[in-house]
Amino acid sequence: MVESKQQWKAWLYLAPAILLLLVFTVWPIINTVSMAFQEDYCAQRALMGETYEIGIENFKKVLDYGNFVDYLTNTMILCVATVPISTILALLIAVALNSIKTLQKGLQTIFFLPYVTNSIAIGMVFAAMFNVIGFRKAGGEALADSWGIINNVIMFFGGKPVDWIGANSSLAANRFVVMVYSVWNALPFKILILLGGLQSINKQYYDAARVDGTPRARVLTKITIPLLSPMLAYVVITGFIGGFKEYSSIVGIFGDTMGPNDMNTMVGYIYKALSTQKQGAASAAALILFGIILVVTLINLRVSKKRVHY
Amino acid sequence: MADKNMTTMSDRNLQSITTSQRVKSILGKAGIYLFLGIMALIVLFPFYWMIISSLKNLSEYRKAIPTFWPHEIQWINYVNAFNTANLGRLFLNTLYVGVVSTILSVIITVITAFAFARLEFKGKELLFAMLLATMMIPGELFTITNYITVVNWLEWGNTFTALIVPFLVSVFYIYLLRQNFLQIPNELYLAAKVDGTSDIKYLWKVMVPLALPTLISITILKMMGAWNTYIWPKLVTTDKEYELITNGLRNAFTDTSGQADIPKQMAAVAIVSAPLFLVFLFLRKYIMAGVSRSGIKG
Repeated sequence: MVESKQQWKAWLYLAPAILLLLVFTVWPIINTVSMAFQEDYCAQRALMGETYEIGIENFKKVLDYGNFVDYLTNTMILCVATVPISTILALLIAVALNSIKTLQKGLQTIFFLPYVTNSIAIGMVFAAMFNVIGFRKAGGEALADSWGIINNVIMFFGGKPVDWIGANSSLAANRFVVMVYSVWNALPFKILILLGGLQSINKQYYDAARVDGTPRARVLTKITIPLLSPMLAYVVITGFIGGFKEYSSIVGIFGDTMGPNDMNTMVGYIYKALSTQKQGAASAAALILFGIILVVTLINLRVSKKRVHY
Repeated sequence: MADKNMTTMSDRNLQSITTSQRVKSILGKAGIYLFLGIMALIVLFPFYWMIISSLKNLSEYRKAIPTFWPHEIQWINYVNAFNTANLGRLFLNTLYVGVVSTILSVIITVITAFAFARLEFKGKELLFAMLLATMMIPGELFTITNYITVVNWLEWGNTFTALIVPFLVSVFYIYLLRQNFLQIPNELYLAAKVDGTSDIKYLWKVMVPLALPTLISITILKMMGAWNTYIWPKLVTTDKEYELITNGLRNAFTDTSGQADIPKQMAAVAIVSAPLFLVFLFLRKYIMAGVSRSGIKG
């Protein structure tokens, strides 16, 4: 009797969560897959009874036309460049933080600060830093009131100022700005995880290395990195997943127009298709994104299986 | 004699080794602090630049040689920014959505985690595994159908309901709290049952206080989520009356080029960032604990 009463009670407790999950999680999985395979599916017209041909036309269209492939390349380049840089920097900072006692807590807090920010808001700050201020052309000669703080630093070291995000900026310059912002944005989480990992490594390994007089660099490559490899694999995988879903930081820097060179990404493509009532294309693109994330994660897991020491 | 000589020589050797080692280790430490100091400055620079730019007047901001501290502090930028972006309204909207969705979400998370941690029912393990499996799917995939459900079927377009209800259940938070609940010995529950304590009273008096750190982490992350959300509100609300802070900020300052009134923009950005920093300052421990286990932003 107690048993059956518990059954009944359990389902009562679970009811709100299950109901919401059915509507906003389970149904979307089914419906999105089904929309992806109906040619040119449009929800508004479907509601009025329009029917669609079944097939893989949406996928073909997404891949053949439009800017999806450009956006995919864009996303890939950002991922491949920023994940290794931010991981290596985070590793160095975490190792350095772990080796000091004074100021450790304070510095750790500083390095975590970028995490507690609004990505649109700080994107606007990065735009302000990279911007050329009051740019104007006078008699064919480009002039500016101020080259902006980043260009000021570059010129201080003898470099030439660059139009980073202005109307005539190049795609490479735009990408560079987004990469700098992405690395800055990705550091706090990676440092937090890696430092947590470092602090759980058994001190005896380091004591043994000190007795043997092992140099610092060798300690890093032979002890720290192997023992930290599960955490490294974790931050690399989550870094790639986050990178493939990059969107709002770019909106922060360039605004909704995505800048002069259309810096849009895959997620941006999905939302554009969705808000222009092309749900079929949006669904197909979302499934492609899911597929890519799955493949990248599996590759990462495979590679780390060979390299990770547990 | 010879023996004595030998010992003093080795002593001297030993001494020189230890001093050279000491110098090396001091240099190493100095190098580490230098590296960390430079990195910390780079990390902090955007915040510094945001604040000093927000306090300059336009002509000072546009000087060819930048100033690193404003000549004349312009608090008026903050007043202008607040009025231009209608930040008061945006704050209230965001606070409302944040508070309501956090309260409901925490209640749902607590009772669901309790059922999974303490009650016995058929298919429990299978159901829990299915819940966890949904975490692998990127949110964009849900958004497409949820947009149709919310706007076309439920006709919640331009309501706060649309901003709150679809995100009330977080599988990750349920998982986190269930793990926490499982650590509380079952004997406590059975003892409470013998005493005739109701489930709800037991939950409220025993489980919730014991799992409080996790609940605080969940609450903060959920509130931060409301503060940072951008895409979903942009899709389902077109009416200014329901605009949230991030969207309002982006819409009020569309021009990111050098011609725009950057000091005013930076003042708005500083106002929007301030609550996050304040929360972080006081609840750092919970935020970092929550984030290190979740790996999600907002």
